[in-house]
Amino acid sequence: MATFTERMGPVLLLWLAVCLSGSWAVDKGNFKTCDQSAFCKRQRAMKPGESPYRALLETMELTNTRLTLQLINDNNKVRLLLELYRLQGNITRVKINELKPLKPRYEVPDVLIREPPTEPLSLLSQDENGVVLSLGSESQRVIVSARPFRLDIVEGRDVLMSLNSRGLLSFEHLRMRKDTQADPEAENKEGTDPANPAETAKEEEEKVEDGMWEETFKSHTDSKPSGPSAISLDFSLPGVEHVYGIPEHADTLKLKTTDSGDPYRLYNLDVFQYELYNPMALYGAVPVMLAHNTQRTMGIFWLNAAETWVDISSNTAGKTVFGKMLDYVQGSSETPQTDVRWISESGIIDVFLMLGPTPRDVFSQYASLTGTQAFPPLASLGYHQCRWNYNDQEDVRSVDAGFDEHDIPYDFIWLDIEHTDGKRYFTWDPHKFASPKEMLQGLLDKKRKMVAIVDPHIKVDTNYKIHNEIRSRGFYVKNKDGGDYEGWCWPGNAGYPDFTRPDMRAWWASQFGYDQYEGAMENLYTWNDMNEPSVFNGPEVTMHKDAMHESWEHREVHNLYGLYVHRATAEGLTERSGGVERPFVLTRAFFAGSQRYGAVWTGDNAAEWDHLKISIPMCLSLGLVGISFCGADVGGFFKSPSTELLVRWYQTGAYQPFFRAHAHLDTPRREPWLFGPENTALMREAIRQRYTFLPYWYQLFYLAYHTGEPVMRPLWVEYPQDPATFALDDEYLLGRDLLVHPVTEEGARGVTAYLPGKHEVWFDIHTFQKHNGGQNLYIPVTMSSIPVFQRGGSIIPRKLRVRRSSTCMEHDPYTLYVALDNQRTAEGELYIDDGHTFNYEKKELIHRKFSFANGVLSSVDLEPNAQFTTKSWVERIIILGASKPSMVTLKTADGANQLEFDFDASMSVLTIRKPGMNAGADWTVTLQ
Amino acid sequence: MVMFGHFVLLVLFGGAMSAEVQRPRGVPLSKRQFYEEDKPFTCLDGSRTIPFDRVNDDYCDCVDGSDEPGTAACPNGNFHCTNAGFRPAFIPSSRVNDGICDCCDTTDEYNSGIDCQNTCRELGRKEKEELEKIAEIAKEGFMFKKQLIQEAKQGLEDKKSKLGDVQNSKKDLEAKVEALRTVKETAEQPEKEAKERHLKAWEEQKAVIRMEKDKARMADVFLELDDDDDSFVSVAELQSHSELDPDSDASFTEAEAQGLLGGVDKVDTVAFETVWNNIKEKYVSESTADVPPPGETAQEEIRDTSSDNDSENYPDEDIPEEEDDEDMDEDDEDMDEGDYKAPPTSRTDDKKDDDEEGAMPPYEQETQTLIDAAQKARDEFNEAEKALREVEDQIRNLEKEISFDFGPSSEFAYLYSQCYELTTGEYVYRLCPFNRVSQKPKFGGSETNLGTWGKWAGPEDNIYSVMKYEHGTGCWQGPNRSTTVKLTCGKETIVTSTSEPSRCEYLMEFTSPAICQDPTSSDSGHPDHEEL
Repeated sequence: MATFTERMGPVLLLWLAVCLSGSWAVDKGNFKTCDQSAFCKRQRAMKPGESPYRALLETMELTNTRLTLQLINDNNKVRLLLELYRLQGNITRVKINELKPLKPRYEVPDVLIREPPTEPLSLLSQDENGVVLSLGSESQRVIVSARPFRLDIVEGRDVLMSLNSRGLLSFEHLRMRKDTQADPEAENKEGTDPANPAETAKEEEEKVEDGMWEETFKSHTDSKPSGPSAISLDFSLPGVEHVYGIPEHADTLKLKTTDSGDPYRLYNLDVFQYELYNPMALYGAVPVMLAHNTQRTMGIFWLNAAETWVDISSNTAGKTVFGKMLDYVQGSSETPQTDVRWISESGIIDVFLMLGPTPRDVFSQYASLTGTQAFPPLASLGYHQCRWNYNDQEDVRSVDAGFDEHDIPYDFIWLDIEHTDGKRYFTWDPHKFASPKEMLQGLLDKKRKMVAIVDPHIKVDTNYKIHNEIRSRGFYVKNKDGGDYEGWCWPGNAGYPDFTRPDMRAWWASQFGYDQYEGAMENLYTWNDMNEPSVFNGPEVTMHKDAMHESWEHREVHNLYGLYVHRATAEGLTERSGGVERPFVLTRAFFAGSQRYGAVWTGDNAAEWDHLKISIPMCLSLGLVGISFCGADVGGFFKSPSTELLVRWYQTGAYQPFFRAHAHLDTPRREPWLFGPENTALMREAIRQRYTFLPYWYQLFYLAYHTGEPVMRPLWVEYPQDPATFALDDEYLLGRDLLVHPVTEEGARGVTAYLPGKHEVWFDIHTFQKHNGGQNLYIPVTMSSIPVFQRGGSIIPRKLRVRRSSTCMEHDPYTLYVALDNQRTAEGELYIDDGHTFNYEKKELIHRKFSFANGVLSSVDLEPNAQFTTKSWVERIIILGASKPSMVTLKTADGANQLEFDFDASMSVLTIRKPGMNAGADWTVTLQ
Repeated sequence: MVMFGHFVLLVLFGGAMSAEVQRPRGVPLSKRQFYEEDKPFTCLDGSRTIPFDRVNDDYCDCVDGSDEPGTAACPNGNFHCTNAGFRPAFIPSSRVNDGICDCCDTTDEYNSGIDCQNTCRELGRKEKEELEKIAEIAKEGFMFKKQLIQEAKQGLEDKKSKLGDVQNSKKDLEAKVEALRTVKETAEQPEKEAKERHLKAWEEQKAVIRMEKDKARMADVFLELDDDDDSFVSVAELQSHSELDPDSDASFTEAEAQGLLGGVDKVDTVAFETVWNNIKEKYVSESTADVPPPGETAQEEIRDTSSDNDSENYPDEDIPEEEDDEDMDEDDEDMDEGDYKAPPTSRTDDKKDDDEEGAMPPYEQETQTLIDAAQKARDEFNEAEKALREVEDQIRNLEKEISFDFGPSSEFAYLYSQCYELTTGEYVYRLCPFNRVSQKPKFGGSETNLGTWGKWAGPEDNIYSVMKYEHGTGCWQGPNRSTTVKLTCGKETIVTSTSEPSRCEYLMEFTSPAICQDPTSSDSGHPDHEEL
């Protein structure tokens, strides 16, 4: 939900004019290009190969945990301090800061889950040109070259990654403003630079003109009291042609080179009607990039929360397949290489080089730094029904009844901003939502839940308790002159609480307590929107960079703000139950580490086929950098979808992690039963498929919580040596075992899915038809088709008794889908707990491993120390790719008995009838 | 391992009757014969036959779900609750033992651990009361309806007979118009001739006056030009009037002046007559050269007035959806301004003409008599023609009303040309059936059209239960406003509620006796209590 409505105050009239003239597209003029962002322009103008930085080897200090070394800029003699750490799990951390900054530079707090544990570094050799250090046992070394300064990470004879190899390291040191004549260093510099005094002087002059001390964009002036402070560093990745990540952008999964346009931008912004396939910044930012080739996967985590731009270039990008082949035949090919350059407005260089080598290693390395996906309540994996807005309690009641009337399951109904009393969050409209507890109890009676929005902008209104408390405690962000920062948002004039303050967050969290949040009950959860933060009348629709968070400028913390809002809210929901219940909080803005606090969505998309398509790469990119709980508004937020598009979106959304329909205030109603019985049936079927797979989704989220592996993942993650998978983003895997190729084309009669794995087989989950891996498969489709395949070799537990909410299905029995591979084996897992508390941390859970080999299917305990009992049992086992047995025997602790079965010879499907054992028990089923 | 009893003993009460019927859980009496104990069970779709102990064994064997009427095992099954004391119902199997009480007799939750209360009797009582109330309303409403039908019938008769009357009077009027047209034309011919005569005489007189004036002016000009008072106008004297330069090239040469004087150096008053005819168009009198052109001041004043109107038309709370209206207002004003701008100059010219030659003299008595006679014939003709148009309008309206679809017995006819209002917190809603729906802010502001009459839009079997009003005022970035009016039976004709379920799609609830059904003819609203 973004931007304005026609009911907004006069301040938005200008916006209105802009938007009306711009039809249905982002107004790019509202957002900066690199050229319009002074530091980006300045940095991008630097030429490679002229690095002024030299390592002063004589300053090197090597302790057990780190190496330090000074660098000097030979142009201005400013010294930097390089710190190099070897972290546990094959990660190298490189930190560069000014040796003696005028004042401390910002180092991002609260993103790393702890100070990362180090491993010893050892010196292998040293001469006047450089130093070689050992990075532990894997024959990995880091070579520090002195002139110019450069770092190479080498394994065996291969260079994995080089830093400053193109000489684009840049560190704008803090300085006194020139016109005050109080910068002795700068004066000194000109005197002590005999090499080229004239040129340096000229450079200085130019720089001052380039918006170092003040910058104006549209009508907004950034006062820049600290002057220029940008940082930049380049990374070369030999042998790499595919890089991914650095969300959030509405672009392909495989990142593009940026030579011919703007760099990818990371700056959390509320972008009205965003455009697809471009590098513009969106609502969230995760400064993590993955690099992949058939040999290795690596990651670069650039820990900086200021405005950041990322340039990507490649020496093979321009070449056609034929050109590459020609190079190969003629032997003239240079090694393919991708060069990356990060530019940030402020802060320090603090970069984590995650050296893999496998995709899974990179996920676990990143998880060891920033944590894993919060384990969500099971119900939040069900279907969510949202709209801006459900008008009143009666509306909520009738939509809820509509689901029952049409026998469509759902778990959450959502309320957008109109539910509040005049956009005062934590309150209810006294007429439309006069008795929220009654409404919530009505939902609770059906084992359903609600989400109500709480945005971070607070209406400036002395009759509003939340505002008064924040003001009196001094918790608001301040403007550059020290007063409370105010901007326009939904309520009109609004203040922005300083979520970077722990005391503010603690207070905010307390507001979710049942004693504080009037009308709240345990089935009420929260949604944080507009937390970029969105400021309608601010520069680029966000906060002024010179606003103050205590002693730090907003410029330093901008990309962190949304994470802090999300965090404080999630902590509030946890605390209201005394730490017993898992929270569920959706956020629009995010940063590295946001995965720890809940779900994200891709913001205000539109009801267009291309927006349906882009939901796949957008969520895949987020999953690669730790944020698994991702979804796009089903149906599209702006505009009204055709019925065909809506149905296809339900079918796609049913197989994406966060499954929520949402719609703009100005669009006609689109609850799934409003498009005729045929389409109701199609949407019902898609949602019901989702519910049958909930056990698998839940298990995948448990895995994500444990390991950081994405739930929804690109094919290359599981088939890292198959280049055919590297750029695929119209299909994806859920875990390892489900391959989904949604229909995202209008009027489609078929899709071509790539089934990976030369020696693998895949089973159509609807027809049980078996297909060989390693081929492009054409699949004819009708309106009811959702092409999904189960990998041969996997076992997926499902619950086929779909009820009106996931909670209603808690005690239902399982059906095991055993898909045999070519070796007639299969493996899978089952995870069960109470679905909503943190008791799984106390091992109140069931985690089973299923294996099928030699005609025996067995269930063994993966957590023998865990304690949990379930009423659920196994009602059916379906074995795909089986041959007909003569006898099927179940053995449990209680003894053995024979089981009945059906065998479908045409499809080779064996269905074992009602084995009946408890889902938590040890058992074997033997086919003879 | 989960096991359930296959059978339940159902003890049913219904009126004075009391019976014990044994059958599998979830099976309605009507299907009992398909579930015979100790005989193999054939799925109701005939797809397969299974041993009877697999009925309700919590495993789905039949594709149609018929083997598990009492469990949640089949995804497409139905569970039957008897609901003694209330009305029986089918619920989806997925609601069996889901921890939520669906059947008022609690039979759907026999193994979920939840404690449901039997509420059938209470519900039955409430429903009975409700139905009685509805029946009462329906009864009274239906009486009104019969009256309405009668009135509509009478009204229709009246209208038809009126239409006949009016059609007759139309014929008379048509004849009258024709007759008067002839009279008029006969009177107009002599009028026209007399007027032309008069005008021609006046034209001739005007020519004489103009000539005399020209001569007088020529004499004045001669004196004005003859600077040295020698009774001759010389080349040099003529040259002093640069506006007379024949090629207007800013240099009025001697040769050119001489040319104008007919090739001589100077002319006397007589010879000047020829010269005068060549220069009088261009000649500017020395005394009048600096007079500004007329008209400008008048325009400025008009502009001022209109800008005052502008500011009045912009309210402080500017809402975008009204922008269109305002644009239109502005256009109107522009047009007005244009209208004002054009006339003054031409009017001034007319006046000047009149001044020069004086006004036309009045008609002579004879002519005036002819004119008066013609005017009288014209007036009588126009009056008759107007009366005819009125009658035609009346006929059109009557025909429209007579042919309008006011329901099967024209019971909705009484709503025609009526309006009904409902005031909410913010707005006054107004429903004028078969015409339009509108919304007006309670505290001032312009009315918004929520749709004009479209069609009856109820479901096929009850098409008169819903009215659709379409093509109202457009919404910003959205559709045109439209309103669905749902009619329910009521004694009174009132708008009971309005809402906006989707942006710009309004819903209005409207009660009317005209929709009430005969409570004695149908038992709709009375579900069949098959087991009581």
